[in-house]
Order: sequence, then structure tokens, then C-alpha cells
Amino acid sequence: MSALNAAKKPKDFVLSIEGLTVSFDGFKAVNDLSLYVEEQEIRVIIGPNGAGKTTVLDLICGRTKATSGAVTFKGQNLTKLKEHQIVQVGVGRKFQNPSIYEDLTVFENLEISFPRGRNVWGALFFRRDAEVINKVNEIASMIFLGDKLDKPAELLSHGQKQWLEIGMLLIQDPELLMLDEPVAGMSVSERKLTAELLHRITKDRSVLVVEHDMQFVEDIADRVTVLHQGKTLSEGSMERVKSDPKVIEVYLGH
Amino acid sequence: MSFTGLRALLPKHDLRALLILAAIIIIVMPLFLDIFRLNLVGKYLTYAFVALGLVLCWGLGGILSLGQGVFFGLGGYCMAMFLKLEASSPEQTSIQSTPGIPDFMDWNQLTELPWFWEPFHSLSFTLLAVIAVPALFAFIIGVAMFKRRVGGVYFAIITQAIAAILTILIIGQQGYTGGVNGITDLRTLLGWDIRTTSAQYILYFINAILLFACLLAAQVIRKSKLGRLLVAMREREDRVRFSGYDVANFKIFVFCIAAVFSAIGGAMFTLQVGFMSPSFVGIVPSIEMVIYCAVGGRLSIFGAVYGTLLVNWAKTFFSESFPELWLFAMGALFIGVVMAFPNGLADLYQSYALPWLKKQRLRLPARLGGVKTPQKTTE
Repeated sequence: MSALNAAKKPKDFVLSIEGLTVSFDGFKAVNDLSLYVEEQEIRVIIGPNGAGKTTVLDLICGRTKATSGAVTFKGQNLTKLKEHQIVQVGVGRKFQNPSIYEDLTVFENLEISFPRGRNVWGALFFRRDAEVINKVNEIASMIFLGDKLDKPAELLSHGQKQWLEIGMLLIQDPELLMLDEPVAGMSVSERKLTAELLHRITKDRSVLVVEHDMQFVEDIADRVTVLHQGKTLSEGSMERVKSDPKVIEVYLGH
Repeated sequence: MSFTGLRALLPKHDLRALLILAAIIIIVMPLFLDIFRLNLVGKYLTYAFVALGLVLCWGLGGILSLGQGVFFGLGGYCMAMFLKLEASSPEQTSIQSTPGIPDFMDWNQLTELPWFWEPFHSLSFTLLAVIAVPALFAFIIGVAMFKRRVGGVYFAIITQAIAAILTILIIGQQGYTGGVNGITDLRTLLGWDIRTTSAQYILYFINAILLFACLLAAQVIRKSKLGRLLVAMREREDRVRFSGYDVANFKIFVFCIAAVFSAIGGAMFTLQVGFMSPSFVGIVPSIEMVIYCAVGGRLSIFGAVYGTLLVNWAKTFFSESFPELWLFAMGALFIGVVMAFPNGLADLYQSYALPWLKKQRLRLPARLGGVKTPQKTTE
């Protein structure tokens, strides 16, 4: 599959990052980075600590403002948009630590992410109709939480919280899904389920994943980008990246 | 609204709480209190509007404002300006050097009514201003703060500064505002004497009805998706933002609603007490209002009303008997409640009183010989 992707003409980029740089008091956390994600591709970003992986996601979703460079998503320059506008054009982001609303139930957590009634009046007059209920039920069973809809989210296990946040993104139905360490802190069986889940949900969208767990990366990645000191060190299929001497030196070797 | 909609808006326990509160305020208080005490309760209940606004703003949304007295004052002053103009007709003020303007203006050598007082000759304008002026002011503060993502402690400090600034402004501009004495000697509303016993009764009931209207409005907000979004924002503001919501707009909205509630309370205060002064605007009253909300339970709209009544009753009791001890008692009460019951009296009721009541209800039929089977008690 990855070979196929490589052979394809570089068209249909959902996301293209060009010359992206961000500097924090002179320290370039991301340095002249270019990256292209195709439609329905699962791209994994790996790299040693401090390589700028999470910063790249922050830059795409607007949490951090770029010093220079462009992030183009479906022809739109994201660096000009505000965070909620970036979400509304179709970019979803999962945070590193499960970021859910513990005081609300699983149902309410998912409902809030349902893409309707996103302004003040829309939210005030939002009605929990059949469409919402069906969608929440559908997503909940997909993320293995179908029988926990009425539970307060704080009672979920760590892994379930991660799934819930993935579910909250799914219900947004983004075209580009960004996941920051989705299996961190999960048990082996939870990891397997998550890998299956990701395979299923990526059928009709592109996914950008930051992950440390190499087994997991091999499980899901179409292509891998290795970051080092804010720059691309290597890019390609997992096998290719694994045998790249530069990568072995900085990352996989130790 | 359909029946199921109403049911969703007011679930059984909320409906019960609403009815009990209504019975206390509308039936029990007027029946058992003389008009002096009832008027006092009416005054306390005007603070409950502020506490109610704080439940939405602070309890649900996590936005602590230490300057709600500003909005209480703005509403109160708007109403007081109208009443003062009515009490300053040329006939009634004929002994002044400039008849027809409020007495304090005359004392301060003003010879004509300032332009911003002019529209307050009209009652409809005044009623509109009671809502619109505080809402607009809250909107401006909200846009300036929340769009720049000022939050938490910083926001609380800024609101406190605004309360201080407004107090200083009112006191400093004595000729335009009545200064430290405030606007006093208010008599009639469209010719209707508001100082009589019958007027005080009527105003008490109008106040109660407005309070219940605000309670229902708060309930609508609490039960809507907007209410759940406020809770979500309190917990994980970033997650809400990255779910496609412009967080600042929601904060501005709830801050404006809280301001409007406070202003209605302020206007009713002026009507029932007969004056308005900067001592209800500044830092101390604003913080006291937060204490009412905290004691009652900042997550409970009914708790806020009880908290206000209780603290003010205690205040009156203590300051009548031990005036010098009152402030210490109030401080102790606040610390005690926050440390022992962070969610206030409402939490106490839900975690202790309610389970106990349920147990009693289960036991009761057994004691009566087990004739009746206990009803479904899982609610």
C-alpha cells in the first residue's frame, strides 16, 4: 500500500505544509518543515523527545501561531484562521492526555462534539432529536462505550477516556484527524482494539498521528515521517525509515 | 412547549424544589412576617438575583466575577434616576434655587439637568435602560476580556477594579450622581406612592415573580446544550475550542445574562428600599454577593436563593445583637462553608438530607403496619 502511495502522482493533498517555522525566543521548535498528507492516508510522525512533533499538530490546529510558512488544508490557509474556524473547515485534534469533560456523561460529551448549534443561539435552542441520538449511539458503539452512555465520564478507565475523545472527534466527522499519542498509557489489549478502531475510522478521512509505540506505528502507518530538531529526517514506509542509517543513529538505535 | 419538553426542563426534583421555594416566598413569608420584616426579605431577595447570575457565570461557567455589584448598582441607579426625577417636579422643589432638578444637583450648584438624565423622565426608557445599560456594559467588558482570553484570577481582579472605579466615579461626581449619599428620598412611581404598606406588599410580590422568571430563565439555560457547554468550558476550555466553538462568545453571553439578572435585582432594590447608593456597588458588596452564592451552593440555582436569605438573615440577626462581631461571623461562615462543603448548602441537602428523607419515606409505611407498599423511590 505504501509503495502504491509513493508511486502515485503527488495530487489530492488534503494537507500541505510548506516551509513551516516556529521560533520560541529564537529556538526553532519547527524549522522549515514541509509535509504533505494525501487523501485517506494514515501518516505517523515519530521522533525523539523534543523533535517538535506535538508542535507540528499545534501549528496545524491553530493553537500555536507559525512564525513563517504555510499550512494549506483543502486550498485554505489555516494559519489565518482561528482555532474554532479550523475545526469547522474539517480538522479534528485529539490531545495527548485524554481531554474530556469529566463532569458530563459520555452521552453529553459526544453530544457537545456533534457539529450543530455551534454558536450561542444555536446552543441555547439545540434540540436533542433523533438524528443526534442515533449518531451518538452509533459512535458510542464504535468506540466500545455503547453501554456506558449515561455514566459520568470521570468513571471511565484511562483507555476508555482516550476512546471517548477519539469518539468526540469522530462525531465531528473531520476530513483530517490528528491524534497525539492515542495509545499512551493503554494496556496491550486496549492497544489492539485502538489499532482496529483507527483502521476502521480512517476509511474516509486522512489521519495524522504522533506516536512513540513502534509496534503500534507499524500496525497502522501508511507512511512515516521522522522528525529531528524540527526538521524532517526521513520519510517513507516503515521498512524504509527503519533501515535509514540517519534514523537509526538519532532515534531507533538506542 | 410540549409536555415532554417541560418535563425535560423541570425534572421531578427541580419542580419540587421550585414549588417549595415558591411556597416559602409567596405564601409562608407574607403570612408570617410583619411588613417591616417582609420588606427586609424583599430586599434580601433582590440580592438573590445577583447570586443566581453568579450560579450561571461562576458555578457553571467557572467565570468568577467579583464585580457584580456594578450591575446591581447600574440597574438600581437607572431606576433611582427615574424615581428621583418624578420626586423633583418644579412644584415639589420650589424652594431650590433651580426648581425642577434633583435636590443634590441644586446643592452642587448645577443649574440644569445633565443630558444623560433627560431620557429618565420616561418610564419605558428607564425599564429598557435597567436591562440594556448593564447588558451593554457587561458586553464591552466581556469582549475586551474574553476575546483576549483573560480568565480566572485575572478576570476576577479586573472586575473588582471596575467595581472600585465605578464607586469612586459615583462618589466623585456628586453633582451628577448624588455622591456618597446616593439617590435618596424617592417617593412615587407614576404617582403611586411606593412607601405605603400596600405598595410594599405589591412590590414584594412583583419582586418574587421576577425572581421566579429569572429562575426559570436560568433553568432553561442550565438544561440547554449551552448549559452543558459552560460546564465543559469550565473543565476543558481548549477541548471546547477544538470542538469548533468560539469560547469567548459563550462567556460573553453568560456574563451579560448574569449582569441583567443583577440589574433587575438592583432596580427592585431601589423600588423596595427607596434609595440607591454607592455602598451597593463597590468591592465589599460584590464579594458579599459571591458569598451568598457560595454558601447556597454555586451549582444550584435554588441554593443561591436560600444562601442569600440565610446569610442576610444571619447578618441582620448578628448586626442587631452583636454588631461588632458580624464581619468575623460572616468571614467564618464563608471559610467554613468553602472548606467543609465546597458546593454549599445545596450539596449538603443532596448528599445528606435527601437520602435521609428517602429512608424515612421507605420506613414510614412499615411503621404504619405495612399496609402500603413503598412507591418507586429510585428517583
